[in-house]
Parts: sequence; C-alpha cells; structure tokens
Amino acid sequence: MERIPILKMGEYLLVTIQVDMHDRRALTLQDDLTDQIVKHNSHGVLIDISALEMVDSFIGRMLGSIASMARLLDAQTVVVGMQPSVAITLVELGLSLKGIRTALDVEKGMAALRGALSDARQNGHASGQL
Amino acid sequence: MAEATATGSASKNRLADLLSRREPEIAASWLRHQDKITRRLSAGERQEWERQSREFLGLLRSAATMGTDVSASVWEPVRHFLNDISASRARSGFSPLETASFIFSLKQPLFEALREVCGSDANAFAVEVWGTTELLDSLGLLTAEAFQKTREEVISRQQQELLELSTPVVQLWTGILALPLIGTLDSARTQVVMQNLLDAIVKTRSDFAIIDITGVPVVDTLVAQHLLKTVAAARLMGAECLISGIRPQIAQTIIHLGVDLGGVITKATLADAFALALRRSGRMFAPAPQTEAMPES
Amino acid sequence: MRVVNSELLELRQPEDIVQVRQAVRKKAVLLGFNLVDQTKVVTASSELARNTLDYGGGGTASIEVIENDRRGGLRVVFEDHGPGIENIELALTDGYTTGAGLGLGLSGAKRLSHEFEISSKPGSGTRVSILRWK
Repeated sequence: MERIPILKMGEYLLVTIQVDMHDRRALTLQDDLTDQIVKHNSHGVLIDISALEMVDSFIGRMLGSIASMARLLDAQTVVVGMQPSVAITLVELGLSLKGIRTALDVEKGMAALRGALSDARQNGHASGQL
Repeated sequence: MAEATATGSASKNRLADLLSRREPEIAASWLRHQDKITRRLSAGERQEWERQSREFLGLLRSAATMGTDVSASVWEPVRHFLNDISASRARSGFSPLETASFIFSLKQPLFEALREVCGSDANAFAVEVWGTTELLDSLGLLTAEAFQKTREEVISRQQQELLELSTPVVQLWTGILALPLIGTLDSARTQVVMQNLLDAIVKTRSDFAIIDITGVPVVDTLVAQHLLKTVAAARLMGAECLISGIRPQIAQTIIHLGVDLGGVITKATLADAFALALRRSGRMFAPAPQTEAMPES
Repeated sequence: MRVVNSELLELRQPEDIVQVRQAVRKKAVLLGFNLVDQTKVVTASSELARNTLDYGGGGTASIEVIENDRRGGLRVVFEDHGPGIENIELALTDGYTTGAGLGLGLSGAKRLSHEFEISSKPGSGTRVSILRWK
C-alpha cells in the first residue's frame, strides 16, 4: 500500500490525494501528517483533492479529522481543488464540510493560509474557520 | 386452424415471392405514392428516400420469407431500420404523417401487385390483402412510436438548452461574478445554475459570486433551499456568494416564513453587492502586513 | 422494467468498497450519464457499500443496467445478512448514527437517487436498492 506523499512547501505542508481512499490509507495519512506537522513545525496544511472524482461521508470525515488534529497542533488546514461535480454532489448529499476551509486551487489555498495565519497571530492562537 | 396455417404460410411466401419478382415496379409505384404525401424534397433528400425505400424492400423481402409476425427476431433488421428512419425524420422536422406515410403508402403498390398475381381468385386476393394490411399496420405503428419517442427527446433537449441559456453567468470584474436569476428556481433549474456557476468560478478563478434575485418572483422555503445549496456549492469551490435584489416583499416573506438564509450576506441591489465585493477583493490583494519577531508573551 | 445485465460484487473488506465504486462508475459512463449524475450514483453507492461493510458485517452489491419503454438506468442493490435495522425511519434521518459515522449514509444515498427502497428484518439482514435514470 503506497503512502500518500506529504511535501514541504516553504512553511506549509502539501498533501495531494490521488488514489482511491480506503480506511487504512486514511488512518496512515492522518498519522503521517500529524508527525510531519510537528517535525517541521508547520502552521499550514494544504490538502489537494483535485484528483478526487468523488467525496463521500467517509472522506468528508477524514478531512474534518485532519483539520481538527491540525488545529490542535496549531496548524490551519485548507482543502483545495474540489471538482464542480463533486461539490454539487456533496451539497446534494448534505455534507457541509463545516469547519473546513476550502479554496479553488493551491495558489488561492496558500493565500487563504497566509490570511488565516496572520489572523491567528493577531489573536495569539490558531483560530477555526470563519 | 390447419387451414389458417396453410393460408398463413401461403401468404408469407406470396409476399416474399411478390417482392422478389416485382421489386422494381413496386418500388417505383411506392415512391410515386410517397411523393404525393410528403412536402417537397430537395434533390439530396429525394435520393436518400429512394435509397432507403429500396433498402427497406430488400429487408422486407428477407423477413417475409420467414413469416409475418413482426415481433419475431427475423424481423429485427426491419424494426431497427424503421426505428432509425423514423428517428432521423423526426429530427429533420418531418411531420408524423410524412413519416408514417413511408409505410402506409406501400399498401397501394402491394395491393396492385397482389391483384395481378391472384388473377381471378377473389378469395386468395382477400386473404392476401388482409395479411398484408395487418403486417403494414404493425410496421406503421412501430414508426409512429419511434417518431414520438425521438420527438420527445428533441423537445427535452431543447428545454435543457433553454434552461442553460436562461442562466448566464456574467463577469463583473476580475474575480467577481454575477448570476442574475430570472424566473422561478426549481430543482432542475438549480442543477443547471450550480453547474454554470461552478464552471465559471473555475474558468475565471473568481472569489465572489453575486446571485441577483430581482427577477425571481417568489422566494419560499423551497426556493431558499435551492439558493442555499448554490451558495454552499460555490463556497466549496472557494468562492463566497452574496445575494442581491431582495425586494421589500421578498424580505417580508422570508421573515414571515422563518426562512433561514444561513448567514449569507444580502444586499438590496446588485450595485451594493458589487461594491462590497470590490472592497473585500481590495483587502484580499492588499500587501500582507510585515510580521516582526514578537517578544515572548 | 427489464434488467439488461448485472454484475455481482462481494463486500468483505474495505478495499471492496473501491471496487464497487469503480464498477459503478464504469457502468454509469457506459450508459452515457453526465459527469454530475455519474458522481451522484457513485457517491451513493460508496455510502451504502460502507454501510453494508460497517453495519451489515459484509454482503453483496449487485450493479444492474435496467431499462423500461422510455429510458435506461442504473440500479445498485446492497444486501447483507447482518443484524438488520430496528427503526428504519429513524435510520433515515440526517445525522442519526449508531457508529462513528456522520449519519448521512442512508439519507444521503436516498437524496442522490431517483428511486430508493429499503427493507430490513432485525436479526436477518438488510436490503437497500438505489436507482438513477439517465
């Protein structure tokens, strides 16, 4: 089972999900990511889901868990690259992905992280979304 | 019963026999009859109809040698052929009559040929006419059904296209889209709206979408749900929605019905919403404040 | 309504959910579903496949291409011989979950489909069927 690669991009970490997620991969990803956040003292995580043709409640839950864990480790998370058909289906499914920041692509995701991090520094802590 | 079978088999052989011996005359007579009923055909169309008629007679002959039950598998090529030309004629704008006449105008030529073949045997002639009539009527019904089905598909597609045309997305500024909705917002329309909007967000990399509902006559809980779905979908693509065009009556209805717009920013006019989006964009693209090393607190 | 063809898949371990998704996607593409409709039926199938595995103790998914006089469609039927569902109405409400899920599986799959049927007998198992017309 290939692990999902986590890249360091400056002060952020970039995770690109390209394979079909199932339980073991999801758990391994969460473990790896939390390790890397601490190891590199990262304050921002970008999760690129542009290759995902489907997001179900399992993946939604995984994204939510990642965002929560990251927040505990003082890092902000942004999910980027959702495909339009996936967004429309998610909305119909009733999955709101509340508490998870989203952006169109990696570039806008990084801008969002910069904004979120400067807010956080002003407030003295890592704030949640919105 | 034995008699019926005997005449049945005689009939099927007669028809097939007739078609193989007298195909040219039958074809010519048939085309003359078709001409009488259809609108004026272009030279190209006429050539195509002639070719189709000849092809059909060939298929009819092969199938008829095996019996006259059109639902049997040997008749599949004939059914398939009729399906295709009915569909293509429906799409080309021919009327149901013109399309069905392809089959029905074959009756006269066949009866004429049968009469010659049966000679003085009136009984045989009656039996043949009856058998042929039944056969052609079933085939005629097939073409009518195929025609109807295609027409419905054409209409449904045209409705879809109209739907898409009536939900244009306009770019007001770099990163700011406007979606002026006109008419009611039902479930089908919402799907089209969401698709158009999200595709536009991707294409223009927009951060804001202003949904203007000035042209939406009624906003009840269902319409509000559809609006909120659209807002949620845009948000997942990283774009924030503003709703503008809230008329006084709409505002009243929303409050009376207890509709919850979920914290979406609303403005009375598109201009107000645009101004707000511009201000927010400006803030987004302002240089980031320099962060200095902070003393430990 | 006729079943034109069908494919039966086992749901015994998490990797099987991926197989079901891919098989449903393939059929939906073959049937000419547009991208959004494909995604809806695949997502609904993923939810139900997961339920079959997590709550039903494993089972089967039958992917059926169906047609009636007017149109074609894709039906997926999930069956398990697990504990069954005590209160189906309750199970169909958003957010209701007996596990660690989001409680959207059944209700979500229903929302994403044109037709939805569920039957369950506590102690003998559950059968859920979803259908999407083209």
